[in-house]
Amino acid sequence: MASSTANVNVSFFDYQGGRKGILGWILSVDHKRIGILYLISMMIFFAVGVTFGFLMRLELIAPDRTIMDPQTYNSIFTLHGVIMIFLFIIPGLPAVFGNFFLPIMIGAADVAFPRLNLLSWWLFVIGGLLAITSIIMPGGAPDTGWTFYIPYSVRTSTNVIPALMAAFILGFSSILTGLNFVVTVHRLRAKGMTFFRLPLFIWALYSTAWIQVLATPIIGITLLLVTFERLFSVGIFDPSLGGDPVLYQHLFWIYSHPAVYIMIIPAMGVISEVIPVFARRTIFGYKFIAFSSVGIALFGSLVWAHHMFTVGMSGVAMIVFSVLTFLVAIPSAVKVFNWVSTLYKGSIVVEPPLYYALAFIFLFSIGGFTGLIQGALSVNLHIHDTSFIVAHFHYVMFGGTGFGIFTAMHYWWPKMFGRMYNKKVSIVGFWTLFVGFNVLYFPMFVMGWLGMPRRYYDYLPEYHIYHLISTIGSWILIIGLLIMFINLLKALKSGEKVTKENYWGGETLEWKCPTPPYVFNFEFTPEVHAGPYEYKQNDESEKKVEEEVVQ
Amino acid sequence: MFNETNYVDSVNNAFYFIVAISTVLLIVVTFLMLYFVWKYSAKRNPKATNIEGNMTLEVLWTVIPLILVGGMFWYGYLGYEISATPPENSMVVTVTGQMWKWNFEYENGIKTDTLYVPVNKPVKLDLVSLDVNHSFYVPVFRFKRDVLPNKNNSIWFQPDQIGSFDIACAEYCGTDHWNMYTKVVVMEQKDYDTWIALMTAPVVDETEPLIQADTTNGKPNN
Repeated sequence: MASSTANVNVSFFDYQGGRKGILGWILSVDHKRIGILYLISMMIFFAVGVTFGFLMRLELIAPDRTIMDPQTYNSIFTLHGVIMIFLFIIPGLPAVFGNFFLPIMIGAADVAFPRLNLLSWWLFVIGGLLAITSIIMPGGAPDTGWTFYIPYSVRTSTNVIPALMAAFILGFSSILTGLNFVVTVHRLRAKGMTFFRLPLFIWALYSTAWIQVLATPIIGITLLLVTFERLFSVGIFDPSLGGDPVLYQHLFWIYSHPAVYIMIIPAMGVISEVIPVFARRTIFGYKFIAFSSVGIALFGSLVWAHHMFTVGMSGVAMIVFSVLTFLVAIPSAVKVFNWVSTLYKGSIVVEPPLYYALAFIFLFSIGGFTGLIQGALSVNLHIHDTSFIVAHFHYVMFGGTGFGIFTAMHYWWPKMFGRMYNKKVSIVGFWTLFVGFNVLYFPMFVMGWLGMPRRYYDYLPEYHIYHLISTIGSWILIIGLLIMFINLLKALKSGEKVTKENYWGGETLEWKCPTPPYVFNFEFTPEVHAGPYEYKQNDESEKKVEEEVVQ
Repeated sequence: MFNETNYVDSVNNAFYFIVAISTVLLIVVTFLMLYFVWKYSAKRNPKATNIEGNMTLEVLWTVIPLILVGGMFWYGYLGYEISATPPENSMVVTVTGQMWKWNFEYENGIKTDTLYVPVNKPVKLDLVSLDVNHSFYVPVFRFKRDVLPNKNNSIWFQPDQIGSFDIACAEYCGTDHWNMYTKVVVMEQKDYDTWIALMTAPVVDETEPLIQADTTNGKPNN
């Protein structure tokens, strides 16, 4: 325990508690330090995932072998998926910005279970390292795809079990974070912070936390069962032992579809924060946006078999899952319309976070519309397992959640670190990223429709032009990523120092605590008397403003 | 009519219908977004207006999309309905998928690695896997079906154009998953009949010697 004379009204960076140096960070239970630990470890895993993507695209630049053999390619796309999904996109916003800002935005000093929070991070690191070691251990990197479909995953001699165990451990990291957030939102809100005064980012994190808690155990058990199948030939899924490979697919997707809503709902929450701040007016349709997060979480848990339209399900199943897939699009559309309406009659200042937020709306919309295309049964039978699907999920996961993460970084960087990045450079990075992203992924829609299957090491000559364009797009994208990240990192060392509490003019509680926040966030426990986006200055009549000026 | 043209057209129509609506909506949303950012920039509009919401708009932009996606579902369903029930008189071919090739076996016992079919006749494919999951995919015919080791899926089609079309594997199955291409060759009926005759003609056994030696058990009979 810190001594009673330790001053906690210092920046959480400078605070010296019982432990010194690096131990004061990696054994810290401060949600802010944990958030930054997640940020650092996540960025390293993201860099590895991007490198694998780069190498894949390099192989695919032309037909025939370019730089690797098929076995290597198959392992690289497997690890690319495992790393990006389990180590970047799923934890991304909740683990970094949820951890850092959830307590602050509800007026609390920390989460409900700070030690559990630290455990979540350690599980994240251990799971991530185990996934990476699967590459270097004898047996070779797993080559099953991140979906680990049986029977192939119990036939291949590669290191499937380390990858499965890594995902199992990472699942616990996610479950414990979700549990922590649910309890924190219920029990630690400041006085006056009713549910309908919660910032929309908190509504998003709350809805997501429920999915994390309820759905993740299913993938945990399923991956454990695959491990047992490999080790002990149990025969639950392996058809040569009387098992059912389609049962595996149901169990896998009944988590992995809700998982994509774990990925996207927090990103939508970030957009809901950023738009009213830079439009300088109240958000349009607060309750509709709040409830749409809940609706997406609910409906999103009912559509999983739309990943399985080609396995030979009954007509009833096909119809039900197709209908539900179309329904889950509606709450997302409602959010987009409410965001755009928030720009109406705003007084808009275009700063770097807004660039990324607007790009999110555009790219996520493309991803969402192509989801509708895929939900149509007969169309699905054509484009399932083609590049079309690959393009779709990159538009929603990368153009959506990825850009949501970039928005959050550019929005909250000055508050977290007390340093500002170069705005002009961030805008150059943004445009490079945006152009590179579309050049990389849009051709995949076209060649998917023309019949280019996915997870293919090589392809027929008629698809060459699309692959060539796409690979060039990957280079532009990576340059954009480098510009963006180097700019943000440079700010930490030599960026303009920020000490004012409210850098952007927001009204949520993180803009009312010191920059960077104190150890327990606030100097005095806040009491809440208003909603998160009231912008009362817009409601004052001009006469009243004149009177104040005269006085 | 359950011919392949209708099925392909049905898939294409559903696709273009959804693409058209999506394109219009995307353009509208993007335009409004950028237009508002321009028109209500701080310079042009120094004072914002707090509009908390509008129930009419919320209802409209929930109900109208609901109707639109209902239509999208319906068009997708129509094509699926065609593909789900093969005609009674379909010619049956058993398709065997394995790592990493396809084999076809006809009702009369013919075995090939290329699928030959007559034009304008329904064909039903019974799909069998010898090892892991595969998927039988003919892009030009707009369908695929998974080929599973424990479950006999089937799919039917009726080709209406002569030609040679790619068959690809569309479920990741290991090292050479990308290299399982073969072809479906659609021929005129008479050419198909000729092919059948060729494939079922008795085979001359060229291992039999032309002159029989007079032996029993390898010992000469004399």
